[in-house]
Amino acid sequence: MPLNDRIVIIGAGEAGVAAALELRARGHAGTITLLGAEAEAPYERPPLSKAFLMDDSMAPTPIGGAAGLETANIGVRRGCTALRLERASRQVIASDGTTHSYDQALIATGARARRLRLPGAGDVPVHYLRTMADAFTLRALVQPPARIGIIGAGFIGLELAASARKLGCEVTVFELAPRILARAVPEELAALIARRHVSEGVMLMTGVALVDVARAGAALQVTLADGRGFAFDHLIAGVGAEPETALAAEAGLAISNGIAVDERLQTSDPAIFAAGDCCAFLHARYDMARLRLESWRNAQAQGRHAAQAMTGVGTPFHALPWFWSDQYDLHLQICGLNLHKGVQVRRGTPGEGLILFDLDDAGRLTGASGLGTISQIGRDMRIAEMLVERAAVIDPSVLADSGRPLKALLRA
Amino acid sequence: MGETWIDACAFSAIEPEDVTRFDHKGRTFAIYRTEDDEVYATDGLCSHEQVHLADGLVMGHIIECPKHNGRFDLRSGAAKGAPVCIDLKTYATRIIDGRIQICL
Repeated sequence: MPLNDRIVIIGAGEAGVAAALELRARGHAGTITLLGAEAEAPYERPPLSKAFLMDDSMAPTPIGGAAGLETANIGVRRGCTALRLERASRQVIASDGTTHSYDQALIATGARARRLRLPGAGDVPVHYLRTMADAFTLRALVQPPARIGIIGAGFIGLELAASARKLGCEVTVFELAPRILARAVPEELAALIARRHVSEGVMLMTGVALVDVARAGAALQVTLADGRGFAFDHLIAGVGAEPETALAAEAGLAISNGIAVDERLQTSDPAIFAAGDCCAFLHARYDMARLRLESWRNAQAQGRHAAQAMTGVGTPFHALPWFWSDQYDLHLQICGLNLHKGVQVRRGTPGEGLILFDLDDAGRLTGASGLGTISQIGRDMRIAEMLVERAAVIDPSVLADSGRPLKALLRA
Repeated sequence: MGETWIDACAFSAIEPEDVTRFDHKGRTFAIYRTEDDEVYATDGLCSHEQVHLADGLVMGHIIECPKHNGRFDLRSGAAKGAPVCIDLKTYATRIIDGRIQICL
């Protein structure tokens, strides 16, 4: 790619900003324009459900540092949504009336909170958490002695539950599935997390279906399929996310549970790439399975990868999936795809930090999941990640013996 | 005000290529021993989010934050790229009679 190509990046979250900074780091000299739909300068989203909610004085953390984008001479248009992507003329038409010509474009529009589909859900205020604006709204509402009903025991729901409990609210969590975090977290660790919520005073109800939400005087009434009713002051739903694909779809780009990209993150138009939560990509690590991942680390890694691909680097995206969650002082880290296959090896004990290693039939490490305080599991999980990265074959008895430092295995 | 040497820990208390936490008067520090038995000290909390670096992994001259993998050169405190952009403050160290001291 000529180093003076005009590049337009649609979306100023982790993926878009990472791409912009990576382009500059690789010596790209042409204009880079970042279009961000939100009013704020690009900020880190993970604290919104945690520290940001609990600490009124906490300011957003800018991505790339306070002046990172400015120093890199990257133009950010805030509060600016891309309305149309005109591929024939290579132009992006933006909501602020501006038009941006590009030689190459990156779509990093992320995902939006899935809306609750339930009778009554359109008539009563149900809150969601995705943006800084959402977080400011919740900051004002999640105050004791409010009764908070949380719908969905995924990461957002549970992190919100922990924050709301710590603030002193009365918290109830409803989950349709028989257990929490069924999609991504091994059962043993999910059970420990559930137990912690209960011991902190959260009313955690799994295997329950909501059939209705309605106003009941000043309160909001939730009705379950078995007829039980619960009253709350505020309702928050954390029922998953949906990729923001409308712009790409209207431009005629291929969509497949996300904007369809190849293993280099290129869309069906060679001048357009996509990265982060909005894209469904072919993962070179998993036999080119088409995946869509919603995580902070993935968004950064894909942003950087897309930038490399735009500069002509042909390597396929190969990063190991990794994510974390914080609830109370419990820190959860997972690397690899939790496929519930093969052998699982336990290291440590509940209460003192527990790591579960996944091994395939050939004895290779394919993933690891750790739960404990960060002191208990942080270091071992980083080593585990490096061992999974190289698909190391390790004697399970060594993995299981918490008296034997994992670090020595890195030198093997 | 002159510089003050503070006794932190025994040199032998840190494994080679490892780090330990040292708290002093409401502040927290990370003290490192390299594979070559050099000793360094930095502020103890990651400059990205307030996480103890002593819970992180030392690899060569790099300390990596256990939470988001922010990396610093433990000799200079220099931030080594996203998500960290602010360098760590460093402190002089010396070893007297097998004890590590840091200069505040």
